Amino acid sequence: MRIPQSRGPVSAALLELLKTSPTAAETDLATTLRELTARALGETADILQDDDLQTALFLAYELRYSGLRGVDDDWEWHPEVLALCAGIELEFEKALRERAPMPELPAPGVESVAAALFELTGSDTGPSVSRYMAKKATDEQAHEFLILRSIYQLKEADPHSWAIPRLRSRAKAALVEIQADEYGGGRFDRMHSELFARTMRGVGLDATNGHYVDVVPAITLASSNMMTMFGSHRRLRGAIAGHLAAFEMTSSQPNRLYGNGFRRLGYDKDVTFYFDEHVEADAVHEQIAARDLAGSLATDEPELLEDVFFGAASGLFVDGLAGTQQLDAWTAGTSALRVADTASLPA
Amino acid sequence: MTEPDEQPAQRWDDQWADQPAAGADEPVSITAYPNGPLLVRGTFEILTPSGEVIPPRRKTVALCRCGVSTLKPFCDGSHKAIGFKTEQEPPAPQPPLSA
Repeated sequence: MRIPQSRGPVSAALLELLKTSPTAAETDLATTLRELTARALGETADILQDDDLQTALFLAYELRYSGLRGVDDDWEWHPEVLALCAGIELEFEKALRERAPMPELPAPGVESVAAALFELTGSDTGPSVSRYMAKKATDEQAHEFLILRSIYQLKEADPHSWAIPRLRSRAKAALVEIQADEYGGGRFDRMHSELFARTMRGVGLDATNGHYVDVVPAITLASSNMMTMFGSHRRLRGAIAGHLAAFEMTSSQPNRLYGNGFRRLGYDKDVTFYFDEHVEADAVHEQIAARDLAGSLATDEPELLEDVFFGAASGLFVDGLAGTQQLDAWTAGTSALRVADTASLPA
Repeated sequence: MTEPDEQPAQRWDDQWADQPAAGADEPVSITAYPNGPLLVRGTFEILTPSGEVIPPRRKTVALCRCGVSTLKPFCDGSHKAIGFKTEQEPPAPQPPLSA
């Protein structure tokens, strides 16, 4: 991915460090980064909305996905980068555990866990970006919607795939069954990330991974970072399973409305296919995710029960915050995107 | 150059005799998900009333059981909106009818 802009001292110091060679890391740059990170973590008013810290974590995590253009791939596992991630993750996870509203935990069992997840996701009173998209969104807002979504959707399914080797037994098989479908059953042109790229190109947007990172707010980066954090820590495998379940369980009907919105704005199947496909796909996935993935995992490893619901609740909470922000901006007649620093944008 | 193995590769057709892998003779499985759709796995065809094949889009499909899907015969998640409920447990096997 093209290197995104820094949004404050920590992300700026990280980018300075990443420009150097990991085999001869400049100790003063590393020391500066550590000091600035510690200070920022101590001073942040809200880590979920902190542009600088979420950008720094997003940059460090991107080394695990497509990499950063011009940055040595060896930085991915460099102790300084891992220390930065660990510092931010500690406070990020703490904030989610404190703030994401947890339901009453059911007994560990396939039926009880699935029923409680359907209850939790069914009573989600989050803002309805989907209803707004279906009925009211302007063409410009529909473009903003795709730009905001692109941060995750262009690598759709990847954060949850980290969990495959971390699960065993029925839960692993269930995750593979879902992910295989996410990846188009092994057909490139049917991969969901590729379908999303087709939708973006269909409305005239650039579908290059990370093209719009600089204009999305911190909460959008936080939503993506949360998935990577849950997926890439074995300790949090319950949370990534719960996150996927909640995500799938709140997807079918909203996608029908998104598709209707784009049809209302005059777009054809090339643009709406992604959403129409998700109505059908996620109606399958939510059943498998709730019972066979989350339910089986909580039954086989009851100590993960709480984290299954932590992951589900966190997903609903963070995406609810992002949706509220988006709708507040739109109903106030303003943009839901942030203004990038145009001076440092690449030509 | 590596020496070819002395033993040819073996392929055991009886390994999944009770649960054959994907193939023409694979039995289709249909799982009733509580308060939700029927999930169908295996090799199957879904036909319209006039006998035309509905092209499958995925290996595992969910068939509508509540009657209100807008994508019938497939599930679109609508059952949740109408509070569709199925029985808690599958019915116990019925005793054979005595003459």
